[in-house]
Amino acid sequence: MKNLGRYLIFINSLFKNRESFKTYVKLTFEECMLVGINSIVLVGLVSLFIGAVSTLQTAYNLVNPLIPDSVVGLVVRDLTILELAPTITAIIFAGKVGSSIAGNLGTMRITEQIDALEVMGINSASYLVLPKIVGTLIMYPLLVILAGVLAIFGGYLAAKFGGVVSTANYFMGLKMDFNQFTVSFALIKSVVFGFLVSSISSYMGFFTKGGALEVGQASTRAVTVSCIAILFSDFILAQLLLVR
Amino acid sequence: MIEVKNLVKSFDDKVVLDGISTTFNKGKTNLIIGASGSGKSVMLKNIVGLFKPDSGEILYNGRDFINAHRDLKTEIRREIGMLFQGGALFDSMTVEQNVKFPLDILTDMPEDEKLDRVNFCLKRVKLEDTNKRMPSEISGGMQKRVGIARAIVNSSQYLFCDEPNSGLDPITSIKIDRLLAEITEEYQITTVIVTHDMNSVMEIGEYIMFLSNSRKLWEGNSDEIMHSGVQELDEFVFANKMMRKFRDQ
Repeated sequence: MKNLGRYLIFINSLFKNRESFKTYVKLTFEECMLVGINSIVLVGLVSLFIGAVSTLQTAYNLVNPLIPDSVVGLVVRDLTILELAPTITAIIFAGKVGSSIAGNLGTMRITEQIDALEVMGINSASYLVLPKIVGTLIMYPLLVILAGVLAIFGGYLAAKFGGVVSTANYFMGLKMDFNQFTVSFALIKSVVFGFLVSSISSYMGFFTKGGALEVGQASTRAVTVSCIAILFSDFILAQLLLVR
Repeated sequence: MIEVKNLVKSFDDKVVLDGISTTFNKGKTNLIIGASGSGKSVMLKNIVGLFKPDSGEILYNGRDFINAHRDLKTEIRREIGMLFQGGALFDSMTVEQNVKFPLDILTDMPEDEKLDRVNFCLKRVKLEDTNKRMPSEISGGMQKRVGIARAIVNSSQYLFCDEPNSGLDPITSIKIDRLLAEITEEYQITTVIVTHDMNSVMEIGEYIMFLSNSRKLWEGNSDEIMHSGVQELDEFVFANKMMRKFRDQ
């Protein structure tokens, strides 16, 4: 509870005594590059294979002759949009970007770079963290969209080259009973997860004490706590937005 | 001028600063000395606002820093330059970007004026050709000098240095000390240096404050320190053989 309180105070401090808007625009753009562009390859690769494997495993499990093959496409689509693209990508994102944010801020803390900002009269939390959070809020939903598209494309490749379902049936399944709200749901989740990963990792890194060992521990803690927060909020969001 | 009045700071139950009072004058190199753990770095961090004291007053030219409104506190902080023990240069920025950083954030100066000022400060610390190098590509002594350039680039009125000689060879240490003393006199700023290097004490100590066991035990200058008559200070000053030989002669 003490940590939760400190985290909330930390988030509140990001909006106090800010620097000029121009400063944040430049920093946010840099963070977008670091957070988003540098994650494209990893997210793309993982999504492609997850989509392909989902197709193969769904087809493998559908042994009932009464269930049409096109269901494979439907299952992969809903699985991807509802869970795989936003949630699994968030876990990967926490591992890659979250640990990097915590490590970066932790190193800045122990080498007194954060103190140097404070002495200059700069709100170091706002200057360093706000652009990371805004950058993530911009880029993570885009990564989720990319992940969703590539996972479905991966499923298509598995259908085409794996021979488990015809591509025509796969496409038919993709279009079957489509509920547009699932996309909105995925995007809402992506915003929430992006905020959680960037803010929790920043919090863990920003308050690092000690030396190199503690920076490593802060990175690990950032990933662990981010993953728990993602899974917990995933459940809460599903309960709030999907259950009627 | 900086006045410190009855400064008290403790961490949990441990009192680290116990009612310290002193005055650091303008145009002088003021030294805070003491053994490791005596509270000198904590005192410096209280003065610059990185720690909040439990009680006491810190006055920057008569302006109460501790109880100041956020705007006044920011205003005072923007008059402060600080050299950290490890340099604290931003490792994602070049030397030039590091020195220019306070101007980018704190001023509306045109870009060419900023660059002129940066080049002037780098020249002042004798680092003319390092603009495009990264902090990791320069030596520890050069990093300290870049730190000094960054600390004075915004025409700071107060310069704080936390162990500026740590990790440096004696020749580079003396160069850094002399540079700090020159800058202090040239720009008539108030410089406060935390150190336990006796070479610095003898070289540039115009006002010296000795801390021991959380208290101020002695204050004076580099001539008076040799004959202080304070046992703890004598143990500190004459800890090494060279100083003992010097005293015995």
